[in-house]
Parts: sequence; structure tokens; C-alpha cells
Amino acid sequence: MRFDRLPIAVLRTRYVPGGWDVLAFALVFVFLIYCAQAAHGLTGSLARLQATPISLDPWALIGYSARTALRMVLAMVASLIFTFTYATLAARSRRAEVILVPLLDFLQSVPILGFSFTILFFLQLTPGRVAGAELAAIFLIFTSQAWNMAFSFYHSLRSIPDEMVEAARNFQLSPWMRFWRLEVPFAMPALIWNMMMSMSGGWFFLVFSEAITVGHTTVSLPGVGSYIALAIEQKNLAAIGWAIAAMFVVILLFDQLLFRPLNASADWFRLDQEAGFTTSRSWALTMMRRSRFLRLVSEGFAALLRLGMKPRSTHGAPPAGAAQVWRARWVDYAWYTLLIVVGIGAVWRIARFVLEEVPPAEIVRVLLYGLFTLLRVAVLIALASLIWVPIGVWVGLRPRVASVVQPIAQFLAAFPANLFFPLVVSAIVLLKLTPDVWLSPLMILGTQWYILFNVIVGASAIAPDLRYAGENLGVRGWLWWRRIALPAVFPFYVTGAITASGGSWNASVNAEVAAWGTETVRAHGLGAYIADSTAAGDFQRNVLGIMVLSLLVVILNRVFWRPLYARAERKFRIS
Amino acid sequence: MNATAPALNLAPLLEVQGVCKSFRKPDGDQLVVLENVNLQLRPGEIVGLLGRSGSGKSTLLRLIAGLDEPTSGVVGYLGHPVSGPASGIAMVFQSFALFPWLTVLENVQLGLEAQGVAENEKRKRSLQAIDLIGLDGFESAYPRELSGGMRQRVGFARALVVHPNLLLMDEPFSALDVLTAETLRGDFLNLWGEGQLPIKSVLLVTHNIEEAVQMCDRLLIFSTNPGRVVGEIVVDLSQPRNAEDPRFRALIDRVYVEMTARPRGEVRTGPKERFPGTGIGTVLTHVSSNVLIGLIETVAATPYDGKADLPVIAEEQHLEVDELFPAAEALQMLRFAEVEGGDIRLTDAGLEFARSETDERKKLFARHLITYVALAAHVRRVLDERASHSAPKSRFFDELEDYMAQEAAEQTLRTIVSWGRYAEVFAYDDHAQVFSLENPA
Repeated sequence: MRFDRLPIAVLRTRYVPGGWDVLAFALVFVFLIYCAQAAHGLTGSLARLQATPISLDPWALIGYSARTALRMVLAMVASLIFTFTYATLAARSRRAEVILVPLLDFLQSVPILGFSFTILFFLQLTPGRVAGAELAAIFLIFTSQAWNMAFSFYHSLRSIPDEMVEAARNFQLSPWMRFWRLEVPFAMPALIWNMMMSMSGGWFFLVFSEAITVGHTTVSLPGVGSYIALAIEQKNLAAIGWAIAAMFVVILLFDQLLFRPLNASADWFRLDQEAGFTTSRSWALTMMRRSRFLRLVSEGFAALLRLGMKPRSTHGAPPAGAAQVWRARWVDYAWYTLLIVVGIGAVWRIARFVLEEVPPAEIVRVLLYGLFTLLRVAVLIALASLIWVPIGVWVGLRPRVASVVQPIAQFLAAFPANLFFPLVVSAIVLLKLTPDVWLSPLMILGTQWYILFNVIVGASAIAPDLRYAGENLGVRGWLWWRRIALPAVFPFYVTGAITASGGSWNASVNAEVAAWGTETVRAHGLGAYIADSTAAGDFQRNVLGIMVLSLLVVILNRVFWRPLYARAERKFRIS
Repeated sequence: MNATAPALNLAPLLEVQGVCKSFRKPDGDQLVVLENVNLQLRPGEIVGLLGRSGSGKSTLLRLIAGLDEPTSGVVGYLGHPVSGPASGIAMVFQSFALFPWLTVLENVQLGLEAQGVAENEKRKRSLQAIDLIGLDGFESAYPRELSGGMRQRVGFARALVVHPNLLLMDEPFSALDVLTAETLRGDFLNLWGEGQLPIKSVLLVTHNIEEAVQMCDRLLIFSTNPGRVVGEIVVDLSQPRNAEDPRFRALIDRVYVEMTARPRGEVRTGPKERFPGTGIGTVLTHVSSNVLIGLIETVAATPYDGKADLPVIAEEQHLEVDELFPAAEALQMLRFAEVEGGDIRLTDAGLEFARSETDERKKLFARHLITYVALAAHVRRVLDERASHSAPKSRFFDELEDYMAQEAAEQTLRTIVSWGRYAEVFAYDDHAQVFSLENPA
């Protein structure tokens, strides 16, 4: 596996292309050509885009997939840049932290439709061009990807072992070097896992980010999302099938070419071999490692990073006067006062803005909608837990099954709820079911898998000794579940349930209103309220709905999930 | 001091003058960790900082490395005050602190890379350091592929490659098993003796007395709460030193005597004063009742018959100073033993304890716990007075926080819970965080 890393490779060798190079070459250039083609559309005019409608021809999907994939990649790059700057600032500055972290908490709870209005801004940025709409789409995908990545990075930065930080300082690494040599590698495993989750999130909301409707402004960018939107509008089942196939292929490619290599290389970043079911292997990583061509490229990148590394002074700079003042207490107080004043001002402004249009009675109604949605989320999480916890434990104890189940669940997590609209709407209309009940499962469609993922990880992490001890004592049946399996996976389950619950709230905008052709079914809830207000271009109601939703999510996290998590940590983890 | 040491004639490499370090507690009070520490380090010597965990010796090392700033006082290196990480001072860490994503070679190169050393020079020096420290052939290995001993070798190579004047070592061998630690120490001393190491002086933090005597030319004894230098011992044995040498043993005895001595300035009036203060503000180091019982039984048994030399006990029982001293002190506090001059002697109660059966032992322990440990008596009294016979942990925690730092309060409560449980004087439910008189039986 690592022949190329033996001491001989330490010496410089001449560049001789090998077998892996051919493959690497081919893949890199196919990718470049694809990018060029996809980017070509950017400069076109908006009028022409609107004149060329989306085609449901399956062959058109190849081009659409490329465009969608490119948008996703660009959004991912933007998310990474956001993560690296925002989270780093939050972790390095105590003053920035007090505002940035709660802000991130809040942003994470805002559903994608809350950002739809930005399309008006992006369209004005490049009048008459497609580029503005493309930017808007990328931004919307970004909003479904960035927040959890930033959170994960922030947490990683905060948990770097002290002695490693001290070693970095002792050897006088510059901040730039410390970032790339210590902080990023340390955060990598968690960040990659979150990137995968983010990708799934991006897919789940794809229809919203490509086929954007805000009031009278409607833009359908060529892509898989718009294709799905059109297929639903035209009740074209075959097209839906093709879209699923195209999605499957693109997700598979992402998995093989991006996430699997990343995961396999992240194993090298881990401090210890953790108990888990991913002993990652990746042919793509092998190719990258063996291909001298790609190694040259990566060495170039490494050299670029080294540019920022400057030798430091011998005795360390004495703290300057300005720095002393900057650290003083009264600067703290001034800063907090400023934050409070700005906060009060903002609340005042929002309240005036919303109340201009919305009567107080409606606010009460919206709160009630919030309770409906809350009830749905609670029932669904409970149901999903009943189903997936036992299955997850069963799978987790069998590593071979786990390695099969994990990629499947990952694909299902990316599955947009819209693709189930035909099934659900037809069933509701035909069987005259209550939408308030039967639309609900759509909410948890994409998020239930996080419960499964985490329970599998938890079950596979049960120490063998513990299992043997259980067998040895003859602990079986319900007693085994109650005393061994459930307590062991509980902390993991809570982590999964938190993710699933947060995601379900976001998904409510995608699940409480469902359409199939001209048939539209609607449940009473906050998600439906937000979706409707966006479609109507009613900014005030949109803001109100999103504020209530965010508030509910944040409160729920603070008073229910976090204490539960702390308790799980304390009670069920040894040492 | 040893007049023959060449070190005396040279200007000090490092000079620590009147250094104090305190941290702000959550309630705004200052917690003093280091108080008026003075020390000098001259070229050519290895100096050991010896003390228990929590005595602030690691904090001092970080101040010297420029990783933290003293509250007052000056750390001078080559005549300049240290005010940030300085080149010329490199550190070896207890946990190795290697970067797991870098190979051995890349880890070693790191410091040079930060200094902007040219590629060829960097490679040459790194390979030299790797060679020197005995890591040949492991250049491309990742840290996690290496054993603990090999990892710490990387730690040494990484520090040596920058050619520091001063090498700081923070308990570098304490995470290794005994045999590996010995090999690594031996290798290091050989290189040092042969003058092969590109360093001028070494400052070693340790709580292992034998290690300190083995390696150092001078030992500085640190006291706890607050950390101060309370004694200095010059080791004038030539290298390589033999641990069986009577003079070596005598030095170890001397260190034990110094470390069990009462801090200067404390007046002794009578036998009662021999026992450390036991107000409820006393910080209790966590020692499991198992260790306490084991120690009593060992000292009571032949060949000691109630009185033993601490260094001998430490060796026989494979106890580190960090475990032995708190255990001995706990026994002293409970009036089961007296500790002085490097010796431990069981009291009559201690001897009786050793003779008794489990139930009587518990009763005796309970009596002593309630009588001599003010906090235990306090907890019991509160529980007795309350109608519910229960009280939340926070009630005592808040009280303790008036006297000590949060961590110390946490530890003290943990200790009292463990002793209280053994003595069955009260119960504690960690889930609900409540003390009570209920017995789950």
C-alpha cells in the first residue's frame, strides 16, 4: 500500500508516467471539459434561458446532471471557505465567539426557503444574465450545506489537545502554517463526515435551489432539480424514474471520486484508530497516491501553502501597547454593549416590518402552526426511533452487513422528498386520506437515516468484552436490550436524533405542501405557511414564519436535546 | 554547591526571577499557582524540577517556553526577557504531541520549516537528527504505526533538530512503560555524555524521584499550593549512575525527606500539629480506599511491622510518588499513620485497623473520618439535620468553591464521596447528584 512512501521516495525522483497516471489524466481532463461546458451557460442571457424550457428528454439529463454537480461542487467550495473563515474567527476570538456561535445556531435552523428571497438580489447583480440566477442557485445550495460544516470545524478547533497547540507554538509555526498543518488536518475526519451530510442536504433541497419561485419571479435553471420540478408538474412518471437514475449515478460518482478517497485519507488524520465500521479503502485514493502526475500537482499546492510561512523573531515580539489596550476589560464591556444595542435595534426593526402587514391574531395562528409541526416532528422521531434503533443495533453488531447498509442509507438520505410526491399525493387523493397525517412521513424521509447511521456506529463500538460478559451471564432477550444494547447506543442515538429532528424541521417546508400535476395537497403547519408565503412573494409572512420556526428549533435544542445529550454523555460513558 | 562543576564559571543560560503565576477563579478571586520562583540554569547542566502533580512545575515550564506569561517576575533567556515562544528553547511533551497526519520525517522537519530553512538543509538536518536518535528506517512511518517509545524518540528528534540551547522536558518518560522509559533515558544520557546533542542545557520536569536522581545534576524540589522551590539537592555522582550504588540510594532518601518535610515557616508546637490542617477548606487528593487499605496492610505486615521507609515502599509496591504521597498523607489526616523524614509509621488505630475484619474496619474508618475530616463531618451533620436526609451536591460544591478552585473542589468532593461510601456514613447518587443517608441495601 505504501511502497511509494518508503525512504527511497524521500529522495527526489524523475517524473515517469505510470499506469495510474493514464487513468488520472483521463479523469482530470474529462472533468475539465465538463466544467467548461457547464460554465459556458453562465454567460448566456436570462431571456434566452427562459425561452428554452427544460426538456424531459432522458438524454438531456446528462448535461443537467453535469450542471447540477458543478453547482454542488462550487457550493461546497464556498461552504469550505465560509467554514474556514467563520469558524476560525469564532474559535480564535472570544469576542467574536459570543455572537458568531449563536448566529450559526440560528442560521442552521432557517429552512432553505428563508433564503429564496436573495434571488431578487442576485438577479439585480447581473441584470439580464444567467450568472445572477446561477449565483442564487449556488447560494441556496450553500445554505443547505455550510452551517453544520462550520459547526463541526469550530468544535474541532476547540478540542485540539493542549499539548499539540503548545508544540505548534513552541516550534513557532506561523498562524498560516498552524492552520494548514495542525488545525485543518485535526478537524478533517469530522469535517468530511459533515461534508457528506451536507451533500445529502443539498440534494434534498435541490428542487428548491434550481427551480426558484418568489412571487412573480420564476427561474428554472437547467439541472436535475428543475427536471424533477417539471416532471412533477407534467405528471411524468417515466421522467421521475430517469431523474432518480441520474441522481443515483451522480451521487455514486461523488462518493467514489470525492468522499471515499477523502474518508480513506482521513483515517491517516485520526489520532487513534477509532472503533467504527469504516476501514475505508478507495481505488481513487490509490490512484491519487500512486499517480506521479497528481503528486506533482499536490506538491505544487503544498508549495503554495508554504508561501505564507515566514521565520519569526528570536525572542518573540513583546506585546505592543495597542495589544495591551485591546485586551483590556473595558473593551469587552464596550463590545458587549454594542452587541446588545444592535440586537435591540434589529428586533425593533423586524417587529415593525412584520407588524406592518401581519395582524397580531395571525401571529398567534402561526405559533399554533408551529405546534402542529412540532407534534409531527415529535411523533415521527419517536416512530423512526422505534423502527431504526433495533435495526441499527442488529446491523451494527454485524460489520459485514454494516458495510453494505451504510452506502445505501447514505443514498437514501440524499433523496429529495419531491420524488415521493407522485406516490403520496396520488394515495391521498385516491384514498381520501387526511393530508395532516399522511403528508407527515415526507418530513422524516431524508433525516431518519441519521438515527440509523449513528446507532450503527454505536452498536459497532460496543466493546467485545461487554458483549462476551453479557453472553457469559446469560443475559438475553428484553433484558439484553434494556441493560446492554440500549444504554450502549444511547449517546449515539441522541446525536442521531438531534440531527434528524433539526433536519425534519427544515424539511417541513418541503413536505407539508405536495403537488403532483395540478393536484396539490396541504397540511396545516409552519412548513406549509412558509412555503406558501414564499410562493406568494409575501416577504413579511415569510420572515414571521421563519422566525417562529428558528425560535422553536433553538428552544427545543436548548431545553430538550442538549440536556438529554449531556445526560447521555455523563451516564453512559465510562470515564 | 558543587564547586568543581564547570557550569559555575559560565553566564546563566536561563534566569527565572521572582516569578508568580495566578489564575482568575470564576468568582473573581486569584488562585496562586506559582509563588516567587527563582532559578538559574547554566550551560552544561541538567536540572530537574521535582514535585507532585499540581505543584505548578509544568506551568513554570510553559512560562519558560514562552507559552504563557507570568503574572509578575521575569523569565530571562540569554539576558533577554522571554515574551513569547523563542527559538533556542525546544520542548518535549508528555503526550509526545506528534502530528498524526505527518510522517516521522515531516514531524521532525516541522520546526525547521517554520524557521524557513532551505529545502536541502532541512532534509539533511532532519535525517541527521533521526539518525542520532535511533529512528533510522522509520522516516516514512506515521506516528500511529510506532510504539510509545519510538513516538517519544520522534518527539526528541523534533526538538533537537532545531538545535536549541535549552531543551525543556515535561515528564517525557511518564507515559511509557518502565522498561522503555529506562532504555530511552539511557540512550539520552549516553548522547548527552558524549556531547553529541546540539543542546546546552536541559530542564526536566518529573515526579519520578529515581529518574530525577538518575538524570540530573541538580534537583529543585517543588511544594504544592502554591508552587514554590523549597529545596535544592546537588547530585554529584558521575554518569553513568548505578541505582544500586549506596550513594544513589542515600540521595533518593534525601529527596524523600525533603519532599515529606513541612513547608518552611510553619511553626510546630506539639504532636497534634503533626497532622495537616483539616478544616472543610482542605483540598483532598483523590485516593481510593483500596489504596489506603493496601498501604496500611503493607506497612503493618512484616518486614515493616508498622514503620517503613517511603522509598522502599514505593519500590516494593510499584507506587509512583504521585500515588504514594497522597495516600500517606490521607492516612496521616485520618490519624492512621504519621509521615516524617521520609518514613511512614502506623498509629495504634492504624495497627488496629490492620488487625480487624471488614466490618470493624469500616466502623473504625467511619469514626476517624467523621472525627478528623471536617468536610465528612459537615456533610454528615447537614444530612442528619435535614428532614429529607438528603442534600444536593451543589450545596457543598458552592461552599468548597469559597476555599478552592473548581477542579480542586470537584476532586475533593469525589474523594469524600469515595471515603464516605466505603465507611458507609452517607450515600451519593451521581445520577441525581444528591447526597443522602439512604443505603441502597
